[in-house]
Amino acid sequence: MANYDIDLVVNAAPHIRDKVNTSSIMRDVVLALIPAVVGSVFIFGGKVIVVYLVSIVSSILAEYVGNLLFHKKSSLKDFSAVVTGVLFAMTLPPSSPWWMVVVGAFSGILLGKMIFGGIGSNPFNPALVGRAVLMVSWPTYMTTWDKPRFFIGFPFRILNLDTVTSATPLNVVQLQSYSQLISEFGSKLNLYTSLFFGTVGGSIGETSALLLLIGAIYLFIRKVIDWKIPTFYITTVFVLSFIFGRDPVFSIFAGGLFLGAFFMATDYSSSPITPLGKVYYGIFLGILTVIIRQFAAYPEGVMFSILLGNALVPYFDKVMPRVYGVFPKKEVSK
Amino acid sequence: MKVFTYSPGGVHPDESKITKDFPFEVFKSPPVVVIPLQQHTGAPNNPLVSVGDYVKVGQKIGDTNQFVAAPVHASVSGKVLAIEDRLLPNGTKGKCVVIENDYKDEWVELSKRDSFNDLPKEEILKIIRDKGIVGLGGAAFPTAVKLSPPPNKVIDTIIGNGAECEPYLTVDNRVMLEYPEKIIKGILIEMQITGAKRGIIAVEENKEGAALLLHKKVQEMGLSNIEVVLVKTKYPQGGEKQLIKAVLNREVPSGGLPLNVGVVVQNVQTLKAITEAILEDKPVIGRGITVSGDAVEKKGNFIVRIGTPASFIIDTLGLNRKLRKLIFGGPMTGIAQASVDVPVIKGTSGILMFGEKALEMAPQEELSCIRCASCVDSCPMGLMPVLIDHASRRKDLQEAERLRALDCIECGVCSYVCPSKRHLTENIKSVKQAIIKQKKIEAAKQAAFEKLKQQRQKEKEMSQKEEKNG
Repeated sequence: MANYDIDLVVNAAPHIRDKVNTSSIMRDVVLALIPAVVGSVFIFGGKVIVVYLVSIVSSILAEYVGNLLFHKKSSLKDFSAVVTGVLFAMTLPPSSPWWMVVVGAFSGILLGKMIFGGIGSNPFNPALVGRAVLMVSWPTYMTTWDKPRFFIGFPFRILNLDTVTSATPLNVVQLQSYSQLISEFGSKLNLYTSLFFGTVGGSIGETSALLLLIGAIYLFIRKVIDWKIPTFYITTVFVLSFIFGRDPVFSIFAGGLFLGAFFMATDYSSSPITPLGKVYYGIFLGILTVIIRQFAAYPEGVMFSILLGNALVPYFDKVMPRVYGVFPKKEVSK
Repeated sequence: MKVFTYSPGGVHPDESKITKDFPFEVFKSPPVVVIPLQQHTGAPNNPLVSVGDYVKVGQKIGDTNQFVAAPVHASVSGKVLAIEDRLLPNGTKGKCVVIENDYKDEWVELSKRDSFNDLPKEEILKIIRDKGIVGLGGAAFPTAVKLSPPPNKVIDTIIGNGAECEPYLTVDNRVMLEYPEKIIKGILIEMQITGAKRGIIAVEENKEGAALLLHKKVQEMGLSNIEVVLVKTKYPQGGEKQLIKAVLNREVPSGGLPLNVGVVVQNVQTLKAITEAILEDKPVIGRGITVSGDAVEKKGNFIVRIGTPASFIIDTLGLNRKLRKLIFGGPMTGIAQASVDVPVIKGTSGILMFGEKALEMAPQEELSCIRCASCVDSCPMGLMPVLIDHASRRKDLQEAERLRALDCIECGVCSYVCPSKRHLTENIKSVKQAIIKQKKIEAAKQAAFEKLKQQRQKEKEMSQKEEKNG
């Protein structure tokens, strides 16, 4: 035999793997969130940058502490803590105090994720766990909303830059009425455009349907998220809102639905893995969201719907896909 | 041409069909061939020659009277040096006939035929078995067995499998481009044996040239019962079950065979071999293989004699870097070799050689499952690989079976797509083996129990009789 340099490695097939890996997926999610993040800085001002930074740093720290506490290998490389950090910040009111953000991020990552064994093992969406903790701990801070710095609906009139509190559109609908909201915005079209571009009161990252949609489309193209959950979620909200006599277009653009449907409900760890399970899950979330908005004390129901849906994921996963060559009993008897 | 495909599932890895346009070259005859006695799926063969015997090319050197088997033939002329255990491409050791090549290429006498139309079915099947034909796509299942369905099964369609969905491999493409008539005749022969009315040759879109050529030849031969169809370039389009679903929209029932839905799927190179066996009286003594990968200096498609050691191929074609991985077969299902001293056998569709790049092509470190469901979405069998993998890891055979692990075709797609690089296919394979083993044990236990029961019964009767008599 010739003198070739041979040092063979042996492993099981397949001998090629897709280039996609956990960190590339998480990086894609961060990239997809950038339009909405940048938009939120324009809409609510520079102070939200602090919220983002505090949230991201706390999340990474919490992940690190979690790894130490539970004797895990470092999981910082997978970028999932950054994703949680950005998403968590997006669910907070613009004028959240920094210490509250720290508490929320730590609660979300430690109680919502690391305690269950880290990435992939958490039954609940960590960002929403963090938000739920804050919601019950500091309800006042969590329901104090800034006025956006400008309205696109009003012919580009820049408002005064001082912090002025206001109510979110869903708040107005609950406390007053939908017609009151329309009159505040001047016209229905103005309301729609404001919701579309995000120049309304609300959580930092939830207001602009357009910017969230851009990110979501990117994730669809990159095949990071599956279309089924968001599509069925949003469609169900649309249809049910119409049945309950609400304006369906307003209902899907208002509140945290887009942020929740595209970026929270699709969280891998806390959502179903079977194709049909995803469909049912989406519909279930839609029903819950509309019910909470219609009947509960809260004007918005996205967070609670998703957390409750998370708890039921094992049941949705029971709807297995049909295996090739396995037919329903009826067909066989024929 | 209409493009067919199956759903759901499947992936489209980099095709890397570097050798697509490299015509077949006849590979030089090695000084020594190592011919394993069993190269097929089924019962083992017994040697028909002894050490020191002189053998001719095409001489049968191993056979058995078992039904599910195919004999092996000498691929060179010369002296039998040894009959001993050697390392085989599947990682095990098996009896091999080692022949020293005298380079005289002395053939056994071949009796050629002009046509097969008047040959009776039994005669054709006998020739196919006698010439050692097995599935040359890689499965190596004895072809004569595949073509002998139970009498109550009606075969209506023969599918020629030219999908060649494995990356890197290009032999089937070359066979279609260089021997189109032999493939078509092979289909005609199979139709004649099985009584099938329809023949289909399915070719992946990335080999459109081959499909067009076959189509042209079919028309020239004036055959209206054979059609050439394109299938989407998607792995594992060439899997029997997927191809049947794509082309005929039929599903092979779980645990069943293609003949349950009236179909026989045959790789194009096997069809060529059938034609050569029937018309030219030629046994399988060589086959087309693709040699590719970044480490091999001279890539290409070669007609190689069965039993040619990989080391000889490496020496002849040369390496341009340190060889880190040697794969027999394609990158999705092929077997990584621990040694270069393994021979090419009937089931070897390609030899891939990779340098350092192989290590990053298949990272071995596993990360946590993130429940992304990629494996669920891309499984061509509609299984839930992640759950079967979990069951396999905790050795829960019952759960794995409930999740239909036995339906897995081991295509490798789940491991390929996994972003956490988890060894799904590997674990599912091992749990499948464990389930099958357990079933065997249980069946044996059951049989022993029945036997014992009968024995007790007998003893009881005996003692009752004795009591009566006494």
